[in-house]
Amino acid sequence: MADLSFLDSSDFALPSYFSPKEDLNPDFSETLSFPTPQDLVAKGTAEAKKLHQFAKGTTTLGFVFQGGIIIAVDARATMGSFIGSNKVKKVIEINDYLLGTMAGGAADCFYWETNLARVCRMYELKNGERISVGGAAKILCDMVGQYRGYGLSMGTMIAGWDHKGPGLYMVDDDGIRLKGDLFSVGSGSVYAYGVLDSHYRFDMSLDEAVQLGRRAIYHAGHRDAMSGGVVRVYHVHQNGWTNVIVAEDINLIHDIHEEEKGMKNLDDQVTFKH
Amino acid sequence: MSRFNPYNDNGGTVVAVAQGSRVVIGGDTRISNGYNILSRNYNKVTQLTSTTFIATSGQVTDAQALHKLLLAKVALYKHQHGNEPSLRALSKLLCVTLYSRRFFPYYTFNLLCGVDDDGQGKVFGYDAIGSFDELKYGAQGSGQQLSISILDNQMKGTNRTDSYSFNSDPVGLVKDVFNAIAERDIYTGDHVLIWDVSPQGINQSTFRLRSD
Repeated sequence: MADLSFLDSSDFALPSYFSPKEDLNPDFSETLSFPTPQDLVAKGTAEAKKLHQFAKGTTTLGFVFQGGIIIAVDARATMGSFIGSNKVKKVIEINDYLLGTMAGGAADCFYWETNLARVCRMYELKNGERISVGGAAKILCDMVGQYRGYGLSMGTMIAGWDHKGPGLYMVDDDGIRLKGDLFSVGSGSVYAYGVLDSHYRFDMSLDEAVQLGRRAIYHAGHRDAMSGGVVRVYHVHQNGWTNVIVAEDINLIHDIHEEEKGMKNLDDQVTFKH
Repeated sequence: MSRFNPYNDNGGTVVAVAQGSRVVIGGDTRISNGYNILSRNYNKVTQLTSTTFIATSGQVTDAQALHKLLLAKVALYKHQHGNEPSLRALSKLLCVTLYSRRFFPYYTFNLLCGVDDDGQGKVFGYDAIGSFDELKYGAQGSGQQLSISILDNQMKGTNRTDSYSFNSDPVGLVKDVFNAIAERDIYTGDHVLIWDVSPQGINQSTFRLRSD
């Protein structure tokens, strides 16, 4: 009977001469990412790498308020400077009561968060109860922590509702695992933080909170080249999660804002000087 | 002393367009190495089941190894389940197969296409390590950036001032796209092999491109 076990390999194949820490700065920037700007600059020297340790491209945000948690994300994915897609789903529905966001390497985020979904389900079956948000975040953190230095790129927020109420955790490929009330991850996070910090209050209504998340992503998508596409907003509450805004085009939000400011069609009036 | 570099880009482009219950897949037949042409008759598309195909650009050795591996997994699935895997099932299978080589990736850029269980034609586009998304149309390879704007314009009606919807033959569109790519990409040319896949059957044709 032939040995077919190679077809189900669960370990990650590595050639014998490979040392992941040095070699795994991809020569090809063709892995879809959300995006990691390191791909755009010259690779090679260790110093160059350190200088260009940018935050992961993309904008994702999450915050806790009186009505639960709002998660808002953009939808752009780039390969180098090529826009791979403007309609990516950066929120992974882990299960009925847990959400995960994606920033950094698309495949890394998708694979490990889908794996987290499998582990959370096993936990439910073995223990007869749902896993806590902090527990799920810990499992994800430890899963990728095993591959520290291998070049995984993942900046994610785990949001859910458990016996302690709403829980929001930030988990990173560096091994960070932080509990908090407000996070933004990605190259557009600087713009999102500006908007969030200006208007965030714990006692906001649901509508105010959704609009705040939507607005923050719009501003980030507008100013950050690596972010854009459509806005997606989720609301996490006691009964699970709801996809409040499925896909709202950032360019259309821009037009709405321009009209509100009374500056409609100003772009059309721009003259180009030589 | 330079280290052995296992990667090499053999060029070429693959395109796929889904419309209704039909999907049209095209792959050019040129294999290159730097400025040399190694073959003008190489097929980049492999049929995995009676309704699904995988079209791959990038490195030929990795593509061959990947296609062989997938065919073996499909054969095993057929023995274990008594029927063919669906396109949806294969989409996840390709994802985890690519990710299993996360730290020594297959240098391949794939389009997995076919007719799914629900009777709809679908295209799944992948990056080298398995990130994938369902698309209405896709292009991968050296001609991706040249062709994707044309496909956006024709299939989605972007970058035009009139309201427009695509209502002609997708095979004609794929031919036009490859002609456009071959004009401006040195790595795409010679011939295009086109598969027109629908629940009624598979129609394969060859289309001549510039050989320069």
